[in-house]
Amino acid sequence: MQEITFTLNGKIITVTENPSSRLLDILREKLGLTAVKEGCGEGECGACSVLKDGKLVNSCIVPIGAVQGVDIVTLEGIRDTEEGKCIIDSFAESGAVQCGFCTPGMVMASAALLRTTPKPNEYQIREALSGNLCRCTGYNMLITGIQLAAKRGEGIW
Amino acid sequence: MVKSFIPKTLTEAAAIRKETGAVPIAGGTDLMVRYRNIAGTLPTFPWPVMYISNLEELKGISKEHDIVVIKAGTELSVVCESALVHPVLRDAVRQMAAPALRNLGTLAGNICNASPAGDANCVLYALGAEIELATEKSMRRMLLSDFITGPGKTELRADELMTAIRIPVHKETVSFYKKVGTRKANALSKLSCAGLLSVENGTISDMRLAVGAVAPVVVRSAELEKSIQGMNIDKFSENEESLFQAYSDLIVPIDDQRSTAEYRKTVACGLIKEFFRLIKEELS
Repeated sequence: MQEITFTLNGKIITVTENPSSRLLDILREKLGLTAVKEGCGEGECGACSVLKDGKLVNSCIVPIGAVQGVDIVTLEGIRDTEEGKCIIDSFAESGAVQCGFCTPGMVMASAALLRTTPKPNEYQIREALSGNLCRCTGYNMLITGIQLAAKRGEGIW
Repeated sequence: MVKSFIPKTLTEAAAIRKETGAVPIAGGTDLMVRYRNIAGTLPTFPWPVMYISNLEELKGISKEHDIVVIKAGTELSVVCESALVHPVLRDAVRQMAAPALRNLGTLAGNICNASPAGDANCVLYALGAEIELATEKSMRRMLLSDFITGPGKTELRADELMTAIRIPVHKETVSFYKKVGTRKANALSKLSCAGLLSVENGTISDMRLAVGAVAPVVVRSAELEKSIQGMNIDKFSENEESLFQAYSDLIVPIDDQRSTAEYRKTVACGLIKEFFRLIKEELS
């Protein structure tokens, strides 16, 4: 067991864990952040997506030992912010949320995209979501949702 | 349960490697998946591990004279954004996996994994990349093509860490890269192919062709490449069939869960023909 200190949703925290524990398990089981979902557990589906130092990563394949000193943001960290609300409301209005299991990961992927590319074209949106699987929407409604968020949220990213 | 370490410096990492044989894990995109266990439990690594993704000494891309140096811990997403990196390599890396995985994975991890299906490897072979290996006290360099000896097998010694990939600057007239897989994102490729051609005064001054996932290691033939040097359009057209046959003989794929040997052979030969067509187009 080792002490690992990192920033989680804006607050510095220290956990004592085996460095090989998955970030996903620590977030869900120890810290109660259950927006992070486990889908495939092998980095293929994106349901567990979080931001690590502002970049999208799959928390199911990130060992907690790799998190020492970094900044982690989960859906819980952005859902009440202006950008989080903008994405979530746009998703809701576009029908981009159906069963909801992929949604937290989709919101994180969208935030990662819009922060670097505030006015993405359709190709850029599809590329940004290429690691996130959705079994309900067929993706078109997610794309509409991101286009709406980009239009509405001009200047907030 | 195996031990795990979080070194703070490269020197400390080298010392841990020497004392315990701990395997370095950067992005974890291969090892965290291969040794994963059921949800909520630890991965079942068969050896001690150390997490090196936060070692700043292993990050960054720079240019030393005519060599682009990519430090081993540099994430794929950084490689494909860097203007210093050869466009074909950037293109290959951009087509790997998906954004979240490119933010974690590294070229060095891909190389040490030594999967015949590693996407970027055929481009690195074509560019003549070298790798840099360090221990606590020494450092050595070798050609990537000498480093990978078979599927999952490398020349990495028990006390060594890969610290950098060194890629000679290469300017070509025509470049070619194709990756064939089931799905654009994430899926490992069935095969990949990279070609680089330089033409001076209507003759071939340099030609490189590398094909991945069609043999135990990336296929690149120094002998055939040398024989092509100096050819003009007439000479190339005259020898095209025998050259194609010689390359075709090197393509010896296997059946696996991603594809069949027959499919791989057919497609690889098709891609080689396509590169040959581009060569003729450029020469005439």
